[in-house]
Amino acid sequence: MAHTVERAADRGKEGTVRVTADSAPKRRRKPPTPYLLIAPALILLAVVLLWPIVQMVWYSLTSFTTRNLLPNQPGPEWNNFAHYQRLLTDPEFWTILRNTVVVCVLMVGITMVLGTLIGILLHKLPKWFSTIVSVGMMLAWATPALSASLVFRWLFLPERGLVNVTLDRLPDWLVGSGWLEYNWFLQPGSLFTILITVIVWQSFPFVAVSVLAGLKSIPNELYEAAKMDGASAWKSFWNVTFPMLRPLFALLLVLQIIWDLRVFTQLYILANSFQNKDVYLLSYYIYQQGFSASPANYGMGSAIAVVMTLMILAVTAYYLRIMIRQGETR
Amino acid sequence: MSATSTAAPNRGGYRRSPLRRLRSLPLYLAGAAVFLFSVFPVYWMVATAFKPVGEIFTRNQTFFPQAPTLEHFDRVLNGQLIPGVNFWQFLGNSLVVTLGAVGMGAFLSLLAAMAVARFRFKLRTAFIILLLIIQMVPMEAMIISIFINFRQLSDATGAQLLGNLSGLLIVYTAVSLPITILMLRGFVVAVPKELEEAAAIDGASGWTIFWRILMPLVAPGLVAASIFAFITAWNEFIVALTFLGRSTDNYTLPLTLSYYFGRFGTEWGPIMAASTLLTIPVMIFFLFVQRRMVSGLTMGAVKG
Repeated sequence: MAHTVERAADRGKEGTVRVTADSAPKRRRKPPTPYLLIAPALILLAVVLLWPIVQMVWYSLTSFTTRNLLPNQPGPEWNNFAHYQRLLTDPEFWTILRNTVVVCVLMVGITMVLGTLIGILLHKLPKWFSTIVSVGMMLAWATPALSASLVFRWLFLPERGLVNVTLDRLPDWLVGSGWLEYNWFLQPGSLFTILITVIVWQSFPFVAVSVLAGLKSIPNELYEAAKMDGASAWKSFWNVTFPMLRPLFALLLVLQIIWDLRVFTQLYILANSFQNKDVYLLSYYIYQQGFSASPANYGMGSAIAVVMTLMILAVTAYYLRIMIRQGETR
Repeated sequence: MSATSTAAPNRGGYRRSPLRRLRSLPLYLAGAAVFLFSVFPVYWMVATAFKPVGEIFTRNQTFFPQAPTLEHFDRVLNGQLIPGVNFWQFLGNSLVVTLGAVGMGAFLSLLAAMAVARFRFKLRTAFIILLLIIQMVPMEAMIISIFINFRQLSDATGAQLLGNLSGLLIVYTAVSLPITILMLRGFVVAVPKELEEAAAIDGASGWTIFWRILMPLVAPGLVAASIFAFITAWNEFIVALTFLGRSTDNYTLPLTLSYYFGRFGTEWGPIMAASTLLTIPVMIFFLFVQRRMVSGLTMGAVKG
């Protein structure tokens, strides 16, 4: 719809331009050139965000450390691909990369499935009830990452946290014993479990609400026709809902992958230091190399950042394709 | 509704209604479970903030605060979360940097959105694609080069871009630009060109047209985009962590909270009270733009 309006407006504009040019050449109301209008935003974006991407690649090929920032020190030396060579032969890096991918896949997978199911649930519930549930979900969605991480840390705290206390009170045959003192934040498996819980808790509402909006746009006749053909709920989802919402699902998937690959704040609070390399994810590793290691190694941090950016750009390429197909760039 | 109920309204109604209600019971239960899962952590944060220390540090956690108290809020608001600095200063820092970034961002993105929506120019599509890409490249990857840039720029010019709010202000403005420009573009496009042309024929000047005709119609979009930018800047953590370092006087609220947690990790009362205070403004704003948030993020994927 919006595109039709836009195109109509464009046509209108071209028309006027021609008319003005023909009939009133003397009128001097020259519109400000569009380049002048985008210049301030473009300059800011180029200096603050675009140029650093180029520099990131450059720094990753040099021996840039904190020392090189001090006055009267020589600049960083050209290092070729030494950082990348070290990364590729470092089992620690491969573990972190693997963990990042696995944790991201789990976060995205659980968020998408849960969000879709809840979107369908909201669609089936009567309006008043679905509104109440939606408002509840908004609370989870709106909670700042930092507050969310802190409250989950508090929930899973050894000795006093509600989860540990509750698990301890449940019968042993059901959940096992020794939960009260159990520390979730030491081992990668349990820490990542909580990390995934926090992320899913914060991101399923967006998926659910988007799917709900999508479901509302599917004409009911399609479902009635499927019902007449004797389709089960499962079949009508795969043969009606999914094909209709395919572009939406693709977009949600891409956005979730990009957002979950970069998770930092939540891990920063849950891990609470840079001591335990077992619980690093890529973004955490970048930060540790750049600002927490001594001496801070900007070159190595940049090399890891390049790896992460390449992963994200690969996903972004797909996102761009969707956007271009939908006409968002016209 | 269905054919059976019109044919035999009474029998159908009596027989089906309770059965139907029973069949939808699992749906209601699932809905209630989703509601609880969403709300509980928020509730637990607020509940802990109101519990006296004795109720927090017990193994017999209670669902409701038995003796609700404001002591934690009092400590957060009137005490010194970080030695020598009180909460109001941190709140002030957060407000200055957030509102500053929102104001600058609104101005810059309105100009750019006008250009993109109202003019056809050579690099228009390239500009939009650039916005879409920049929006996706994560701050976590760029933080090292941005930090080095600001450090070198500060050393070269004597401007203090690190350790105070000015650097944050610049970065936060830039970060929210892509999405605010793209959101505003939709609003400008929706204003019919004919309105402006009619005003021009009546002899209105460019500025009059802009202020009297375009602005009132684009204002809701500007508000939505600004709230979007506000939430982004208000919650931002990694840039503040990197740029502010040890200059605690200039900490924003998220950084203050993380510092306090790192130092006094056992004081869950004040930590939860401060988390609640950090969350409140976002909650309020979020309810206003929640719908637009969905369409802003998924753009054209949901139509109708």
